[in-house]
Amino acid sequence: MEQLTQLDAVMLARIQFAFTVAFHIIFPSFTIGLSAWIATLLVLWRRTGAEHYRDLARFWTKIFAVSFGMGVVSGIVMSYEFGTNWSHFSLVVGNVVGPLIGYEVLTAFFLEATFLGILLFGWNRVPPGLHVTAAILVAVGTLFSAFWILSANSWMQYPAGHRVVDGIAYPDDWLAITFSPTFHFRFAHMVLAAYITTAFVVIATGARYLLAGVHRPHAMTMLHMGLGLAAVLVPLQIIAGDESGRDVLHYQPAKLAAIEGKWDAGTDGPVPLVLFALPDEEQERNLYEYSVPYLGSLIVTRSWDGGFAGLKAFAPDDRPPVLLPFFAFRVMVGIGVIMFILVFWGAIVWARGNIERSRFYLRLASLSWPLGFLAVLCGWVVAEVGRQPWVATGILRTRDAASPISAQDVATSLILFVIVYAIVFSAGLIYMNRLIRKGPEEEQPTEGVANRPLMAAAAGPTSEG
Amino acid sequence: MDAIAFWLPVVWAVLIATAVVMYVILDGFDLGIGILFPFARNGTDRDTMIGSIAPFWDGNETWLVLGGGGLWVAFPAAYAAIMPANYLPVIIMLLALIFRGVSFEFRAVSKPRHGAWTVAFSVGSIVAAFAQGVILGNLIHSVGGAASRSDTLVSQWTVPLSAEIDRLNDLVVLPEWLSLFGILCGLGLVAGYALLGATWLMARTGGGLAEKSRRQARFLLVVVLIFIAAVSLWTPLEHEKIEERWFSIPNIYFLWLLPAITVIVALSAWRAIRSKAEVKPFVASILLFLLCYIGLGISVFPLIAPPDLTIWDAAAVPESQIFTLIGVLIMLPIILAYTAFVYWTFLREGKVVAGAGYH
Repeated sequence: MEQLTQLDAVMLARIQFAFTVAFHIIFPSFTIGLSAWIATLLVLWRRTGAEHYRDLARFWTKIFAVSFGMGVVSGIVMSYEFGTNWSHFSLVVGNVVGPLIGYEVLTAFFLEATFLGILLFGWNRVPPGLHVTAAILVAVGTLFSAFWILSANSWMQYPAGHRVVDGIAYPDDWLAITFSPTFHFRFAHMVLAAYITTAFVVIATGARYLLAGVHRPHAMTMLHMGLGLAAVLVPLQIIAGDESGRDVLHYQPAKLAAIEGKWDAGTDGPVPLVLFALPDEEQERNLYEYSVPYLGSLIVTRSWDGGFAGLKAFAPDDRPPVLLPFFAFRVMVGIGVIMFILVFWGAIVWARGNIERSRFYLRLASLSWPLGFLAVLCGWVVAEVGRQPWVATGILRTRDAASPISAQDVATSLILFVIVYAIVFSAGLIYMNRLIRKGPEEEQPTEGVANRPLMAAAAGPTSEG
Repeated sequence: MDAIAFWLPVVWAVLIATAVVMYVILDGFDLGIGILFPFARNGTDRDTMIGSIAPFWDGNETWLVLGGGGLWVAFPAAYAAIMPANYLPVIIMLLALIFRGVSFEFRAVSKPRHGAWTVAFSVGSIVAAFAQGVILGNLIHSVGGAASRSDTLVSQWTVPLSAEIDRLNDLVVLPEWLSLFGILCGLGLVAGYALLGATWLMARTGGGLAEKSRRQARFLLVVVLIFIAAVSLWTPLEHEKIEERWFSIPNIYFLWLLPAITVIVALSAWRAIRSKAEVKPFVASILLFLLCYIGLGISVFPLIAPPDLTIWDAAAVPESQIFTLIGVLIMLPIILAYTAFVYWTFLREGKVVAGAGYH
């Protein structure tokens, strides 16, 4: 009975972590790209003097402010959750993972949070050069943050540079820890994902304005820059994702087997590519499988008949759950394909100079804003569920990582989180949508109207000197 | 224990203590604004109040992450013990900080129908402050706990009083994570943050709002002093280890200085508020916080987590502490410099005036 309660507490803690981290990652995915976009616009404005760059920067800064605020507060939750819900994790890997998070706070959080003040409130109040610098520093801060958190997470995926004594991990080589084997492509994959996510929000917003026939110059700039960026980054992302998949093959074969839906233990090729199936963990086989021969080998091993281990090669206790990584991966890749099509279709339409008349394309593009977020969430589901049953592979199992707290306490806090996040998230979405509907303001706000949309963005040109 | 194994945890304890005190002072005054929100005269004043902290709150709150993160980095065993032990108060604090944090932007963007976020901002601030006080109380409670009662200079008076407190504790039924002492600390911290907020407004605003804040500060100073006295007495009475720390010989020969200085600072705070000084009341309030904080340090050092983990027991291995310490030594001066720069950028513009400047 006691055992059962403890197990429930772990499950509830996992649900809570999944919920809070999924909620949180949405905002960094957006703000990493958005801060870079704002910094770019401000630099362009400084160099060309074209006012619409400035209007756009101002406009997106308002949305950034709302999004960043939600990211900050949901991020603070994460930094304490390691202790409240996962105290054993904190203890066992704290010597190694703790410092990485420490460096994130020191190099990223303060930088972002402090210069955010100048970015939001510095319009007309600080010298323009300082304002642009602040925007760049915020963007750099978000990148640093991504660097360290991916470093910590990659170490958990495939630990390196450490030793384990009496079940506790100790650091041996900080360079090897920081740049663990899976880090490089995972970091690239995440940063690209963040930029692409933002690009699609920008594209969708531009398309929305063109459809409505408003803010034409701004909309054209957004489409132009958004499509241009995505046209470069989406192909790069496919490469980064593929390379990251190669790392999974080498370092996390059980995760790969779950992603591919491959059951048989043997490593003989050729392996088909399972396009669709319903993996059945009880029977250890796929139901309703639809697959393409040889393609699995080709994609995973880059040879016509290469093979890799299936799930049965691993003890049931060492296998990740199959269903979630399997489907999440397919949704992620599917979104990647849709993005690829949208971007190149858009590029062609743009090149022919008739994007404003291609209403069908614009309508599709205007609906594309959630794509990046969905792909990011699915990608993290693949990464994190695929890592199970380990929280730090080979060192600590998830079931042993939780805090000694009662299932009831975890359930209470979980319910509270769900309620609070539901309120905050829907409000944030409504307000961001409201800001987007309103669109960029072409004139510089003056004192009279400055009390409007967002205190941050509306900080007027007053009290100078 | 070699020198490194001895000094590293001490350095880290000082660093974390610094991060926490930075947090308490910086987020203290902006949480204080939220605590004072219900008593503001009107919406314009509320806008000015929130405007006076809007560029800073995010950076201020980052010190909380550094405090929590630093605790994990340097003292994983303490982090792993304190957090689950304070599960609900920590979660409640985090949820309150969420409501308060998003309210800055939500409140502005939802105008003119922003009433709900005004309430969220205020309630979030109050609950976060209270929860922090409860956590503090629990921490003192759990590390200061029962030792064999020793004879100190004052034990002939404290024994009966302690018995009174025990009776009081038996009388009131509270959930496990809350105690009378925790409630006392929670209310004390709410009052303390409100005092910081009121004196901040005295320094940063003018006219009717500054005058109103001055009256609030005067009242709050008295309340805070009562709480300081109450917590200072209650702490040794209920926690024998702490009683021994303060009242045994020779400690008491030195330690009486702390309450004496506190009285002097309190008097000068009172005079500063009375004389309508602008910055002095804020500085004096910060000094009061620092003195209480030093008192706390004296009470618990070198214990860090229940039941009797010292900073040396709970420390991460030296490799981890050194690796992060290098980062701290490089980054902390930079952080302090640009934080000061951003404050200076906004503060040199002069006072926050209603309907202008920040809006």
